[in-house]
Amino acid sequence: MKEALVEKYFRKGHLPHLWCPGCGNGTVLGAIVTAIDNLKLDKNDVALISGIGCSSRSSGYVDFNTANTVHGRALPIATGLKMARPDMNVVVASGDGDCSAIGGNHLIHAARRNIDLTLVVFNNSIYGMTGGQYSPLTPPGFKATTAPYLTIEPMFDILELARAAGATFTARATSYHVPLLTSLIEKGIAHKGFSIIEAVTGCPTNFGRQNKIAAPALMMAWQRDHGVMKAKWDKMTPEEREGKFPIGLLSERNDVTEYTKAYDEIIKRAQGAEA
Amino acid sequence: MAKTKVMLMQGNTAVVEGAIAAGVKFYGGYPITPSTEIAEGMAKRLPMVGGKFMQTEDEIAGLGTVIGASLGGLKAMTATSGPGFSLKQEMIGLACNAEVPCVIVDVQRVGPSTGQPTSPSQGDVMQTKWGTHGDHWVIVVSPSSVPECFTLTQRAVALAEKYRVPVIMLMDEIVGHMRERIELPVSYDDIPKVERKRPTCPPEEFLAYAADESKVPAMADFGSGYRWHVSGLVHDETGFPKGAGSATRESQDRLRGKIMAHRDDIIQVERYKLDDAEFAIIAFGGAARTAYDAIDMARARGLRVGMMRPITIWPFARHEVSDLAKSVKGILVHELNCGQYVISVKAAVEGRCPVHLYAKYDNESATPEDMLAEIERAMKEDGLL
Amino acid sequence: MALKFVTSRCKGCGICAYFCPKKVLTVTELNKAAIAEGKENDCISCGQCEMRCPDYAIFVEREAK
Repeated sequence: MKEALVEKYFRKGHLPHLWCPGCGNGTVLGAIVTAIDNLKLDKNDVALISGIGCSSRSSGYVDFNTANTVHGRALPIATGLKMARPDMNVVVASGDGDCSAIGGNHLIHAARRNIDLTLVVFNNSIYGMTGGQYSPLTPPGFKATTAPYLTIEPMFDILELARAAGATFTARATSYHVPLLTSLIEKGIAHKGFSIIEAVTGCPTNFGRQNKIAAPALMMAWQRDHGVMKAKWDKMTPEEREGKFPIGLLSERNDVTEYTKAYDEIIKRAQGAEA
Repeated sequence: MAKTKVMLMQGNTAVVEGAIAAGVKFYGGYPITPSTEIAEGMAKRLPMVGGKFMQTEDEIAGLGTVIGASLGGLKAMTATSGPGFSLKQEMIGLACNAEVPCVIVDVQRVGPSTGQPTSPSQGDVMQTKWGTHGDHWVIVVSPSSVPECFTLTQRAVALAEKYRVPVIMLMDEIVGHMRERIELPVSYDDIPKVERKRPTCPPEEFLAYAADESKVPAMADFGSGYRWHVSGLVHDETGFPKGAGSATRESQDRLRGKIMAHRDDIIQVERYKLDDAEFAIIAFGGAARTAYDAIDMARARGLRVGMMRPITIWPFARHEVSDLAKSVKGILVHELNCGQYVISVKAAVEGRCPVHLYAKYDNESATPEDMLAEIERAMKEDGLL
Repeated sequence: MALKFVTSRCKGCGICAYFCPKKVLTVTELNKAAIAEGKENDCISCGQCEMRCPDYAIFVEREAK
């Protein structure tokens, strides 16, 4: 990311960050910051709420209203904040384990309510902070410290899950596709409703080493070669799609009332009833 | 005198009115017997005053939304019962460590697990103190009557805001579901609202966890121009994580200190007919209600019995109980569990007088007759009868 | 040459070197990104390194406006 944006948005004295060499989290956080800058949002009007895990440490680095909360439960805290301050832009940073396992219930219900939060899922397919255990987004057939004989569990498509639950904006990019990721986060923040952006990223240390793909750049090259833009993806046969994944804006709808707006109507109704 | 109205009201409903009177503007929670009427009441009342109610996907999210709303500057609360209170413990720890004001009402039922959902118990006494992991300090208050549900909810909100701490309103099914006469102001406008201390310095000078002699740091609303970092990790005065052992010690010392330095403001006890008493009952919440009648019956028989009723359960009224032990010849602790609060009573009495336990855990509150019998048995044992 | 290195932040992951289209960058024995010998004049200021560096440790110094 640009030096001027580091100067403008990162808290002084907190870099270097704690992420491992080649970890994509820094790139994803850079995309969030760039998106916020592109939208010309006032720093005072932005909150970044995170749960627990490697990616959740992102909130500590940036100069917004930030909170590093409890595992899996950034969304409820962000929801309460958004209810108190509907004028604020509330962004949630979460990892694949944080948001699809321990926080899965909160994910589907935040999506169902269509509350105006922007969830960025740092998906590195592993529990990194605890040293490489498989998550619901680890593909089958990979090694994890808790799957020494390879993973056998199918993985979630977290965007399909969120869309089915009611998310009105779903998008995916990777830490390789930086401009795309930035633009999708930007659109997600601007979208009035629940938006989820999956950022596919690499964990060279705790996913890569176990699975013999430890070079960070090679993980990014893999993202480059396997992420397919939606327009192309839509025309591909099931055979062509094998092993690939769609990127870009995957779904958007604007016909569902945003939750805090809907609640404003409740207040009007209650106060009308009182009078 | 402000205009009032007299009503017959349930304890849980009086909690709702107390919260509205205190200026609570957000409630997030999940239905659970015997506290559900609080959620139902807040759903109705909050939007009337421009506040917001959310029925969350689970108990944990209930307190999560409360913490989020409190960060946004609103007075916020939730209510639950045993199983839900167990689920909320991790969030309580976050609120303790990050010092986020919030009120959690626990209308106790018989436990553990699903227990007896509609029967009274006081089995969560120790959980309110030690429920979340790690050393931590909270404030716990317990009402004994419907009017006290109204006033103590306001006090719980005020204490949470003043000391930036989770305050647990420890109720029991008796008080929660009992209907009683209550006189409420027609308007709550004149009821003073306690505001948390907010920073007055320029934002660039703001240190989120730097405290003055009160030991309570000023708290800025998210979005108010003071950008700060909230963390459940041990942090220093900047709010950012600090791994040093000294940071842990300093943090623990201040979090404990901010409560203990203000114990006289926080701790409340009611003394009932204690002036000439040679024997004292200690009971709180719904269990204390039996004691008033039992004491009057005992006095009719010429026994000089009184009661100390802790209204603040934690921090423990150590000095008050210690002084009581000097003025009476025996103490009977009555609680609706197998004996939890009595542990702290014995520790404070330090053997100055015998401490008896009347533990009741059979889904029913004691009758005054039952309690009189226990008083007489204990007084005989102590040679007072 | 128009590259600025913040070596205190560089963790030597090699992403910049891998994606540099002109192979200007390398990772030194000290595990820091640097300009490869003889490549001092090859940078085309494309910004790939700046965009991809996860540690915000390399920037393209653009011409003064």
